[in-house]
Amino acid sequence: MTVMTLAQALTSGLDAALAADERTLILGEDVGKTGGVFRITDGLLASYGAGRVVDTPVAESGIVGAAFGLAVGGMRPIAELQFMGFSTPAYDQIINHVARIRNRSRHRFTAPLVIRIPFGGGFGAAEHHSESWETIYAHTPGLKVVAPSTPFDAKGMLLAAVEDEDPVIFLEPIRLYRAIKEDVPDEGYTVPLGKAVIRRAGSDVTMLTWGASTKECREAADQLDGEGVSVELIDMRSLAPIDAETMLESVEKTGRAVIVHEAPLSGGMGAELAAQIVENGLYGLQAPVKRVTGWDTVFPLKRGEKHYLPSVDRITAAVHQTMRGE
Amino acid sequence: MQQILDATGTLVGDSPIRVELVKRLYRAMLIGRQYDRKSTSLQRQGRLATYASFEGQEAAQVGAAAALHPDDWLVATYRDAAAMWAHGYPMDLLFLGRMGDERGGCPPPEVPCLPPSITVGGHMIHAVGIAWAMKLQDTRRAALTVFGDGATSEGDFHEAMNFAAVYELPVVFFCQNNGYAISMAVADQTKSETIAGKGSAYGMESVQVDGNDLLATYAVTQAALDRAKAGQGPTLIEAVTYRIGPHTTNDDPTRYRDEEEEHAARAKDPLSRVQQFLTSEGHWSPEWEQELWREAEELVGKAVQQAEALPEMGPDGVFSGMFAELTPPLEAQRAVANAFDTGSQL
Repeated sequence: MTVMTLAQALTSGLDAALAADERTLILGEDVGKTGGVFRITDGLLASYGAGRVVDTPVAESGIVGAAFGLAVGGMRPIAELQFMGFSTPAYDQIINHVARIRNRSRHRFTAPLVIRIPFGGGFGAAEHHSESWETIYAHTPGLKVVAPSTPFDAKGMLLAAVEDEDPVIFLEPIRLYRAIKEDVPDEGYTVPLGKAVIRRAGSDVTMLTWGASTKECREAADQLDGEGVSVELIDMRSLAPIDAETMLESVEKTGRAVIVHEAPLSGGMGAELAAQIVENGLYGLQAPVKRVTGWDTVFPLKRGEKHYLPSVDRITAAVHQTMRGE
Repeated sequence: MQQILDATGTLVGDSPIRVELVKRLYRAMLIGRQYDRKSTSLQRQGRLATYASFEGQEAAQVGAAAALHPDDWLVATYRDAAAMWAHGYPMDLLFLGRMGDERGGCPPPEVPCLPPSITVGGHMIHAVGIAWAMKLQDTRRAALTVFGDGATSEGDFHEAMNFAAVYELPVVFFCQNNGYAISMAVADQTKSETIAGKGSAYGMESVQVDGNDLLATYAVTQAALDRAKAGQGPTLIEAVTYRIGPHTTNDDPTRYRDEEEEHAARAKDPLSRVQQFLTSEGHWSPEWEQELWREAEELVGKAVQQAEALPEMGPDGVFSGMFAELTPPLEAQRAVANAFDTGSQL
């Protein structure tokens, strides 16, 4: 065991993946010499060489398209895109090719690749560096989409993603890269994809979130506890597929649900969760389902961030509303 | 590679401009450098978000922008503040954008310049479309788009080049080949011997110029703009220069290049080259230089003050740029955002 940040756990996971299977290779912009813009691949070039930790030209469509070809050709590529806002040049490759090859070839060809994408805002970045487009990928049939929020999950889910026989969009919460530390096993291990986790057990209201918003949700749950409201906090972790069972069991118990995410409100993942709760658990609800999200606006620059991101105040207010049955 | 002022500041060709204009452009380069230094310093103090330095690229940017008519368009990137300012983009707005305020993206109506492109490579095709509009409107104006060596690997670069050539549009592609795309050296970025060489694949005129040579940069850009306005189609210019600083204030160049290389690049400094030329022409003195720096500090300092004096937009600023008329759902969301800003309960 070593105490690691989420960033260090990812590095450790990539190291384990490269060590375990010679078919794995990392490709992306600046992943080699500089160890990536977030230093997630730091040191791996020295350990595994330029044939397996590949600095690519500035071409996101090229990175993902080549990773597709590498995967079809029998390799296990792990592609890095620097920011979610820069994933759009690769969008055509992801949506039209990566996600579909298994289906259109009736399993003859598959694309077992991982696309790592740092996502989310709240760190005062330039435009296009703070996006939360998880819905776009989760809405695409043929992709698995996960978003770990702890160091332990980051390493375990990364290794599970590498082992998975299907393409995985692996979302990394930028704001949490170095915000939390915990014990992480030094050896390889997996945390299954498609499973949510209860971060905090509670009885009055179910709080559903993922990624960087887990931070504000934990703070809100602490605060609410002091106000006599018991929150069950669920980190969804996997956005495609969704772990409906864990979510619905909790909501059945508490009778209330508050969903929190950074992405815009309309058509966000919160809408999907709310729909599933209503479809399968309506009669157990004691209050309308609430969503606390980013607005339906462009993600603002530094000065506007505090007015955009779901805050502890907004989250606790929504919980109190549900407690009043509003 | 075209050159008019060699690395020692000696004329090796005919100057395209008179010495009075050279002095004005030298002043602009010097102000650009002061802006750049100030920005890095402000970023370190937490007064600016991430900053991308252009130190060493002042001749390329000022030389290219100076060749523009005030009604020509400029479509540039996050590393091109000197070019944008030289084309009339107010400096306080350049700072404001970097402070994380969307109003920095709104130049005055008389300045035909898009806000800086932050994604890499997506903007070149916009200049192509703008040039197309100017051609359709018969304005006899042209568009200049500025980008780096890394951007030439993006698919959008090739689509932009192809459209421009196919429709014979009045657009000039100005690549500042500064040696690096973050950590990747240009030799690893492309196997083309030169970036200029890529132009011939699209049937486009192309030229490689010493980007640290103010006079040559000005001359080739002027010629390309003249051709564009005469209906002779687009040109690709590769201005060979060097990014003295890091990619951004988050970058650490010691991870991918040695200091010797940076020292060698400093010896080709574009400002000292013009200074040496002006000295040999009898148009430079230490007193004048000192006066220019004093003026630059004052001008840049005033722009920072103006930007910092502007009150923040608050929650409304998140919404006010979205549509010509805010939609009802956004009106409702804005009300909630404001309610939380004032601390009142829903």
